[in-house]
Amino acid sequence: MSPASELTTRANLAGSEPVFHIHGVTKVYRMGDVEVHALRGVDLDLYAGEFVVVLGPSGSGKSTLLNILGGLDVPTAGEVHYLDHQLTGAGDAALTRFRREHVGFVFQFYNLIPSLTALENVALVTEIADHPMDPEKALRMVDLGERLNHFPSQLSGGEQQRVAIARAVAKRPDILLCDEPTGALDYPTGKLVLDVLDRINRDLGTIAVVITHNAAIAGMADRVVRVGSGRIVEITRNERRLLPSELSW
Amino acid sequence: MTALHHKLFRDLGRMAGQMTAITAVLACGIATYVTMRCSYDSLLFARSEYYSAYRFADVFAHVKRAPEALARSIAEIPGVAAVQTRIVTDVTLDVPGLEEPATARLVSIPARRVLLLNDLFLRQGRYIEPDRRDEAVISEAFAGANLLKIGDSVDAVINGKWERLRIAGIGLSPEYLYEVKPGEIFPDNRRFGVLWISRETLEAAFDMKEAFNDVSLSLAQGASEPEVIERLDHLLEPYGGLGAYGRPDQISYRFIADELTELRAMGLILPTIFLAIVAFLLHVVMSRLVTTERSQIAVLKAFGYGRLEIAGHYLKFGLLAALPGSVLGIAGGLWLGSLFTGVYARYFHFPVLRLQPEPYLPLAAAAVGAGAACIGALSAARRAVALAPAEAMRPESPEKFRAGILEHSGLMTWLVPATRMIVRNLSRRPWKALATALGIALAVSILVVGRYTIDSVNYLVDLQFRVMQREDLTIAFQEPRPEHARYELAQLPGVLQVETFREVPARLRFGHRSRKSSILGTSREDTLRPLLDRNLSWVEVPAEGIVLNSRLGEILGARPGSQIQVEVLEGARPVRLVTVAGWVEQPIGLGAYMQANALHRMMREAGTISGAHLKVDSTQAARLYSLLKRTPSISAVAVKDVALASFWKSYGDTIWISTTMLVGFASIIAFGIVYNGLRIALSERGHELASLRVLGYTRAEIGRILLGEQGLLLVLAIPFGLALGYGLSLLTSHALARDLIRLPLVIGPVSYTYAAGIVVAAGVLSGLVVIRRLAHMDLTEVLKSRE
Repeated sequence: MSPASELTTRANLAGSEPVFHIHGVTKVYRMGDVEVHALRGVDLDLYAGEFVVVLGPSGSGKSTLLNILGGLDVPTAGEVHYLDHQLTGAGDAALTRFRREHVGFVFQFYNLIPSLTALENVALVTEIADHPMDPEKALRMVDLGERLNHFPSQLSGGEQQRVAIARAVAKRPDILLCDEPTGALDYPTGKLVLDVLDRINRDLGTIAVVITHNAAIAGMADRVVRVGSGRIVEITRNERRLLPSELSW
Repeated sequence: MTALHHKLFRDLGRMAGQMTAITAVLACGIATYVTMRCSYDSLLFARSEYYSAYRFADVFAHVKRAPEALARSIAEIPGVAAVQTRIVTDVTLDVPGLEEPATARLVSIPARRVLLLNDLFLRQGRYIEPDRRDEAVISEAFAGANLLKIGDSVDAVINGKWERLRIAGIGLSPEYLYEVKPGEIFPDNRRFGVLWISRETLEAAFDMKEAFNDVSLSLAQGASEPEVIERLDHLLEPYGGLGAYGRPDQISYRFIADELTELRAMGLILPTIFLAIVAFLLHVVMSRLVTTERSQIAVLKAFGYGRLEIAGHYLKFGLLAALPGSVLGIAGGLWLGSLFTGVYARYFHFPVLRLQPEPYLPLAAAAVGAGAACIGALSAARRAVALAPAEAMRPESPEKFRAGILEHSGLMTWLVPATRMIVRNLSRRPWKALATALGIALAVSILVVGRYTIDSVNYLVDLQFRVMQREDLTIAFQEPRPEHARYELAQLPGVLQVETFREVPARLRFGHRSRKSSILGTSREDTLRPLLDRNLSWVEVPAEGIVLNSRLGEILGARPGSQIQVEVLEGARPVRLVTVAGWVEQPIGLGAYMQANALHRMMREAGTISGAHLKVDSTQAARLYSLLKRTPSISAVAVKDVALASFWKSYGDTIWISTTMLVGFASIIAFGIVYNGLRIALSERGHELASLRVLGYTRAEIGRILLGEQGLLLVLAIPFGLALGYGLSLLTSHALARDLIRLPLVIGPVSYTYAAGIVVAAGVLSGLVVIRRLAHMDLTEVLKSRE
């Protein structure tokens, strides 16, 4: 990490206004005849440039939290603010615009479009963004400069996830939301992917939120949010962010 | 090209099999639309050009003999724009190379060419010369059928005198656009033709100096046709007027108008059925596509693709699927249209009949195709838009199954698990199963309708030419003759049996409805022309009263027991009230029948005959014909077998073309529906079937499960489709029923078997294609994928 970027990260953390502000967020699903309380009153602020890991067992509500942060879902109750935008109660068009302009997603199962090549999968997003990177540059950033014209079925799992990351960052989002990005990958590949995420957060200053049930990943975060049964159990700040290479599980 | 477009094209390519099926069905739908539409446009255009350029008249009347001076009075009828008096008569003709006598209609034309109503279009040669009384212009169809050229001669018996007529020109007239012998339905250009010859020749031959027996009128704009007809009838009545009529009752006009109506109706009904099937197929395929792509749609939404972009993507999918079908359909339709106009040109004699579609037709067809595609894609696009992205990111939850009636009845326990799966799958989505079955049933029904045309024409021909016309030959006299003429006929060489008839033209009225027809006087002993009822039992004509053709009865609104007014248009022109004694069923014509004696009494005449049906010894036929050709009192001779042969010669092709088109298209539809049903089932059950394979099921066993479901639908749909086909044929028979010809509702067992067989074959073929895919199923891949 360059001293300069370290400086900005720290500076943003201290004192400045939060980029995301979530207050009292509740989410209730109906699954057939049962009501599922996925979130029960969550408060959370996210600051510019920080790397946040959300930890929790499956069913703890962490994916729901991520979906609400990314404007994929709306809370049943509570408030969600992004800078001065109120996301609570926003309509489909407003949420679509918000996702289009500000959010990059990375999913556990990559969710690439199988009929598109790596380059085209990235272009899919850059074509509708305002100030995107060149898709090829985004793929070079994740070390896939040689695999531009491969289809997802011709790429390994780690490569597919890197394409997904390139796709997420190519539009220069303000926030990168990653749902179990290493969940489907083996150990070395998973570390490679985390390294890419870490680099992007440091180099581009993009807020990164990674949700995982793998506690070892928490070491690379600025802050760690532990979730359980739809509530935030604890938020801790790491004294020192570990490099992905320093992690082990 | 954007990345989304890349996805679009690759998805289309991946689904090439299904898309081909849809394209084929769509192409059929568009092709029928374009074919019918451009044939319609071309005929309509050619007709209106011809009618206006050659001054087709508006009102027509035939009279026994009226003084030429009457023409002035006719011209003074308010609303009449032009009057054309003529001498028109039918004679027998000896055509070189033709054994039987032909019938010629002689139409007078002025010695010097002037503008006429129903004017001549000269194709070849020239108009007659004023000082050459033996020259004639001959109708093109007749000349063509008999290979007559300019300069050739034909011999005619003109009022007892043998005349040789030299062909000066070959021409056409809008009046004989459909050139058919009076009283017949199907043209026989070899044995009937029109000859235009000088008025002076006809005046001299038929004692018509300063007189006419035919008049045509054109009307001024805004004139009332019924009023003109009434006044004209009034003027002509003292001279033996046979009743004036407008274009709708003019035989050529009638035939082409009926054809146009039919084309328009077919151009609407058939494409609608085909395109509804396209929409249905596209709906099923795209609904499945959206289901398999739900997570991809979720990703697009997560990255900020909006509703319009998502909806547009899937609508474009539908539109692109429709594009090749539309292009193919338009091209194929134009080709078929040119084939159709070629066939029409054989029956309808125009100066020019070219394929002349409206310029917007391709655009309209493309729009119709796009419309069907959009309707088909709409619900899938809406589902894609409505998909909640967070929801779609998770795998689909297992489909809901509930214990139904079958489960509670305990019937299920009797079934093996594979059969249980089939039954549950079908009962879980009954609407989808129903729609698939309906699609298959529609295909079956269209096949039945296609075959119905063939069956009913065969039946009609058999009924008409073998059951209802048992004579070999029919002779019509120029003028009614005394009854003893029958003995002269019996003396002719080869004549085995003579049955004479009396025929008088009459107008029949019941309430406010009336119809011109002719009454045939028959005798109780007659066997050659049996009158039959619906069950083909003989109908006895009672001593008093009149028996009506059922269609004529319908037109008049009269029933057995009704008293109708008979207004005879010949001789003393008696007007009488007669009781309807019964109905006869006849597929052709609008006849009315009385006992000859009763008719004679009504006419206040002694035994008189208008013609005779003959049974003839075929070895003597040639001698008989050559004698008949030279018998002056005969105006027409009809040889039944020759008429039958000429019917098949001229109509065989037409029936073949239209039926092949219909049957071919229905087969494509059947294949499209069954194949798509199987592919969708494979896509939906792929995962399940692979799981079964992993559990140790053989390929044959999983094949049975997959094919069993579609097979069951097929088996259930076929009887329904056959019944639907019967219903559609019934509708078609009503829609195609004309005053002069009605196709009976006859569908033979072979046709039902054929329709069912084609659909089963489509099922088997599709099954084989899908089984091949099952054989290549990669078990591990299928299990890994979520879909």
